[in-house]
Amino acid sequence: MKFLEIENLRKVYGAQVGVEHFDIAVERGEFISFLGPSGCGKTTTLRMVAGFEQPSAGSIRIDGRDVVGLRPNQRNIGMVFQSYALFPNMTVAQNVAFGLKIAKRPEAEIKPRVAEMLQMIKLPQLGDRYPYQLSGGQQQRVALARALAGKPQLLLLDEPLSALDAKIRASLRGEIRDLQRKLGITTIYVTHDQEEALAMSDRIVVMSEGRIEQLGTPFEIYNRPRTRFVASFVGTLNILRGKVIDAAKGVMRVDEQDVRLAQPIANANGGETRALALRPEAVSLGEARPDRNALQGTIEDVSFLGAIVRIRVRFKDNLISLDTFNSSAAPPPRRGESATVSFAPADVQVLEGAEA
Amino acid sequence: MKRSRLGPWLAIAIGTAYFLIPLIATFEFSLRMRRGEYSFEAYRVVLADPRFQASFGYSTLIAIATIVMGVLLIVPTAYWIELKLRKIRPLVEFITLLPLVIPAIVIVFGYLHTYNSSSLIPLIATPRGTDLLLTFGYMTLALPYMYRAVDTGLRSIDVRTLTEAAESLGAGWGAILFKVIFPNVRVAVLSGAFLTFAIVIGEFTLASLLDRPAFGPYLQLMGANRAYEPSALAIVAFIVTWACMGLIQIFGRDRRATMAGR
Repeated sequence: MKFLEIENLRKVYGAQVGVEHFDIAVERGEFISFLGPSGCGKTTTLRMVAGFEQPSAGSIRIDGRDVVGLRPNQRNIGMVFQSYALFPNMTVAQNVAFGLKIAKRPEAEIKPRVAEMLQMIKLPQLGDRYPYQLSGGQQQRVALARALAGKPQLLLLDEPLSALDAKIRASLRGEIRDLQRKLGITTIYVTHDQEEALAMSDRIVVMSEGRIEQLGTPFEIYNRPRTRFVASFVGTLNILRGKVIDAAKGVMRVDEQDVRLAQPIANANGGETRALALRPEAVSLGEARPDRNALQGTIEDVSFLGAIVRIRVRFKDNLISLDTFNSSAAPPPRRGESATVSFAPADVQVLEGAEA
Repeated sequence: MKRSRLGPWLAIAIGTAYFLIPLIATFEFSLRMRRGEYSFEAYRVVLADPRFQASFGYSTLIAIATIVMGVLLIVPTAYWIELKLRKIRPLVEFITLLPLVIPAIVIVFGYLHTYNSSSLIPLIATPRGTDLLLTFGYMTLALPYMYRAVDTGLRSIDVRTLTEAAESLGAGWGAILFKVIFPNVRVAVLSGAFLTFAIVIGEFTLASLLDRPAFGPYLQLMGANRAYEPSALAIVAFIVTWACMGLIQIFGRDRRATMAGR
């Protein structure tokens, strides 16, 4: 039995569907991210797990117990909000102690626990400060300590780093992940930042329009996107349109040039047009080896970005963007020159669904 | 430049004179009880009058009861509207403004008709019942001010997220309201409370028609029968009202200083 099981979860607002067909099973101690654009249903799903929204249908079980009928204060869940949500009338220490006091834990237990939590977030000296006297990063650390102080069975984080600047965001995400690993707490993290999700998660749920587009490890999501949405949302990607020549052998034709795949094309018919995804870092310029696909094209654009040179190569209808390292010994190609790009069959991902 | 500033200054001067001259004149008159000299004799007489002490004490007590009951009614109501029923906010705002357009005399006649001794809830059959009715009446009169003050306070904090944060930490509605929401709208509640106090202390219509020994009817009685004491009483009433306003300013400044630090 998994620790958190969500089955056929659905949420509708009148005629509008917020979330539907949401199924997921989370292991104890796992770090799962819900990733997607605004309005994709990721926060609604999190809020249903927290108990702030009531599902229209489906079940949510935490450690085998159905929690759908329980109020948020009965679920033993720690939650961290985007806006920190620290109580302005309380000091840092009082904020951290709040849940423990509500649970009527003895004072002899509360004090050392608060000190331990402040030590854990590396702010042991700020217990007497009020939230408005802290920076955004410090406030979010306190919010995390407050959420963890009562030893919740599940930690929910709703875009906790969105309001912070890039530098603090990067350092805090490392700290959150370290803490999560150290405490072994099952965590759901909502974000629209793909880099955050890729860097922190054991698994990622990519969502669009209330549905799960793909569920997998960061490696799978990045390298094996199943749909055009996932491919375009996660990282930079080249999307090529090609015709299926031999589905069983995994051969396609892109702008009248053959492209071999590492495996057969599932659920495809000969002559059908399908989308292929190819990461820029998988593409090399000017290499034509027998074990790699090679496409002939024309350099359409060259952007010199310092350490990296971004090159766009035009074929008949398709375009491939690739990055090469800058080298003083080899000047970048010029616009209009012919070029050969190559990539390994294993780096090509055929996306689900026929193209029009 | 100087010409363009003359108009506003003139308006300020006229406005100040309009408000201050009667006040200064009243104060000056209140000091003339003893012939040929200025003294605080009128104040001494008024403050030594047992009826003043009784009526002022009564009105203070009713004001405190009004504030307590008003806060207990209005804070949870405004909180719930902010949290769950935002759609009906315009309707609630309209209702809270009604006491400003419905004269107190209409309200009190409605009370006398509804709660008379032969009605289902005969509140005016006993003095304590009438006191309760007077308190309810004052709550109605203070509603526009108290509701607005509390609503403004609630809008200045993120009520929904704070509530959810408290809930996720195990708090029930009582703890959320009294440990999280009330302390964070304390300044707004105090502003509303002082305004309520100022309104109740000088109110005449409800107290007079319900025949309660409040400060307003006492002021009227003194005004009809004495010369200097009513002026002294008017100044005392002004001081009480202004003290309330001053306290609102002090608490308001404290809040602004806190916000500035953010």
